[in-house]
Amino acid sequence: MSDTQTYITAHCCISSGEIFKNGMLLLNDKTGSDTTGFLLSAYKYFNVDYPKFYKMDNLCKLGFLSVELLLEGRRIAEEYSPETVGIVLSNANSSLDADLNYFQTVKNIPSPAQFVYTLPNIVIGEISIRHHCKGENAFFVNDRFDAGFMQFYVQDLFGRKRINACISGWVECLGEEYKAAVYLVENRPGKEALPFNIDHIHQIYEIANGEING
Amino acid sequence: MADLKQQIIAQLNLKDLKPEDIGDDQPLFVEGLGLDSIDALELIVLLQQEYKIKLANAEEGQDVFRSVRTMAQYIREHQPKTV
Repeated sequence: MSDTQTYITAHCCISSGEIFKNGMLLLNDKTGSDTTGFLLSAYKYFNVDYPKFYKMDNLCKLGFLSVELLLEGRRIAEEYSPETVGIVLSNANSSLDADLNYFQTVKNIPSPAQFVYTLPNIVIGEISIRHHCKGENAFFVNDRFDAGFMQFYVQDLFGRKRINACISGWVECLGEEYKAAVYLVENRPGKEALPFNIDHIHQIYEIANGEING
Repeated sequence: MADLKQQIIAQLNLKDLKPEDIGDDQPLFVEGLGLDSIDALELIVLLQQEYKIKLANAEEGQDVFRSVRTMAQYIREHQPKTV
């Protein structure tokens, strides 16, 4: 393990109709919308202008929106060399949500637009295109969120000088269950930055579980 | 052509667009609507689903999908005759 100092400089959580940025509630939509409806209303609520959003599957929409809010006001690929901005994400159900939707179309004429989302790392691609990130990336599929592994992997990338900033966390969507807990890790401390360690990752993930005082 | 434009919008999830936003001769790809290669595949699916037309070869696509007008013309010429 390297001794490179790293910090969580922002975090964003989306689950159960709620969106938090750095622990502050930004949106509380308890209208009972389904996942698709909620993600679309959040897209409109935050005035995001990115027409490709409509074409994405729900996993990508969730990842895209959470990172959009995470990086709001930042130009991460200009602040750092794009090749040193990494993305490391994880979830439990991979792209199963898109896989099932694609499977439905196979019975008739397979949909190319749905097929392209049948890999979980496509969400990394969508985020990379939007924010011009070209650094190391990986999408891990684990039974449950493993803060220890995620901290070790990302810290190792910093230690090897492969990255100077990293978008990391959990992006999960299957049917009407969705949860994103993403955070930005940098090797420069920002205002109100948290040391990048397992405890702080856990605290962020707990916000997505409804534990707001983490 | 308005129906075809509506079908294109639905098939490609272009929810910000209305049929009247798409010009009859506006290029569909690159400098026009900015469609990509996956959209091209979706247009092939649209022809098949809605009009029972299969493109004879993929190279035809460049001419067929040049604009809504060229698509409509291709559909008129190739749609199976109903008895």
